Amino acid sequence: MQPSPRAILIGSTLGAALAAPTLAAAQPATMDVTVNIPRLKVAEYHKPYVAFWVEKAGAKAKTIAVWYDHDMKANEGTKWLRDVRQWWRVSGRSMTFPANGITGATRAPGAHKISFTRAQLGAMAAGDYVLVVEAAREVGGREMLRIPFTWPGKAGAGGKAAGKAELGAVSISFR
Amino acid sequence: MKLWTLAATAALAAVAAAPANAHRQWMMPSSTVLSGDDVWVTVDAAVSNDLFYFEHQPLRLDAMKAWAPDGTEAVIENKATGRYRSTFDVHLTQKGTWKIASAVDGVMGSYDLNGKTERLPRGTTTANLAERIPAGATNVQTAESNNRNEIFVTVGEPTDTLFKPTGKGIELVPITHPNDLIAGEAATFQFLLDGKPGAGLPVTVIRGGIRYRDDLGEETLKTDGEGKVVLNWAEPGMYWVNVTTPRTEGEGEGPPPANAAPQRRASYVTTLEVLAP
Repeated sequence: MQPSPRAILIGSTLGAALAAPTLAAAQPATMDVTVNIPRLKVAEYHKPYVAFWVEKAGAKAKTIAVWYDHDMKANEGTKWLRDVRQWWRVSGRSMTFPANGITGATRAPGAHKISFTRAQLGAMAAGDYVLVVEAAREVGGREMLRIPFTWPGKAGAGGKAAGKAELGAVSISFR
Repeated sequence: MKLWTLAATAALAAVAAAPANAHRQWMMPSSTVLSGDDVWVTVDAAVSNDLFYFEHQPLRLDAMKAWAPDGTEAVIENKATGRYRSTFDVHLTQKGTWKIASAVDGVMGSYDLNGKTERLPRGTTTANLAERIPAGATNVQTAESNNRNEIFVTVGEPTDTLFKPTGKGIELVPITHPNDLIAGEAATFQFLLDGKPGAGLPVTVIRGGIRYRDDLGEETLKTDGEGKVVLNWAEPGMYWVNVTTPRTEGEGEGPPPANAAPQRRASYVTTLEVLAP
């Protein structure tokens, strides 16, 4: 049941290939998200838990990725999922973990690009959405960023936000 | 010197006038919103002045019980009662909302015997009432008291399976779930008295941490005609909420006259965690 770390690297070429034929070639079908995890000079550092979800007015939030300590014995890493507190409230608490295609390993400081196909985004209808990224770090702080976007997105840059503490720059683009 | 004496006398008078129930009883869970596969909660329970500091008396655990979301009674584990607080654990083996409660029912009252009015001793219940009234007692007056102190903790998604009223004392009916509270969002609760909407019940709300602030910040509200009350949380934190049957004018200012008719009393205490947005 436990997905291998490889299987949860999101934005696989397979997903993109499957989604492509259903859309006109000119219409971007993939959202790329670049997340910067800041390097922090602290005595005790743990890589943050990070949740990504999509909100649309009037619809239930849809979790698209969660990075947490998914490979601990007895699934112990799930104990701290609730510390990603807004995500836990709007979506996480109704899910079971590990969540196939959503669970991912925590990431080290640096820039990380992850991609979501239309299918991974929940086969979204056209409209206005918000991507929310929330990070919570063990013995550290917590921060949440919101990036509004329109789906289907226009090719190219789609929006960005900058964190101050637990997240660095976060940007989205479409292709 | 004279001034000091005067001030001291005034202070003493103020203390004497304070109602006997000035101490607050409370439970403090280690978490109210939980995730994970092997989930435990630890609860501190005490009676104190300041919230939430154990500095006066432990809360007795004799009547402490816990219920799983499916309604089955769970085990209270690792019970201990120290000088200032009690503590215990509950293994939260099911997903959903759990209830941990101590409900103590009693009977208060008086009777006349040999030309004297005597009060029923502490610890009188409906079960032992008959044996506590001596033969020959007349003018027996009794009233029930129900004191409930309960908390809720939730693993995963909140559920409302444990809010079915028992019909005894004051009980909470969630309109807003007690484990889904966020600062800046108003919460509505309904309180029942003996199973019926408790209209006009006094509600006291105090945020914890009062040792480190000058202003108690106590909020005093009243339930409406349907027993409902709306609580506004300005800040995240742990809040103590106390609902009681209404007090009559002048009550608490000195002992009641021995021949006063006993009054139906009920009180409800809960600790609510309000998270940051």
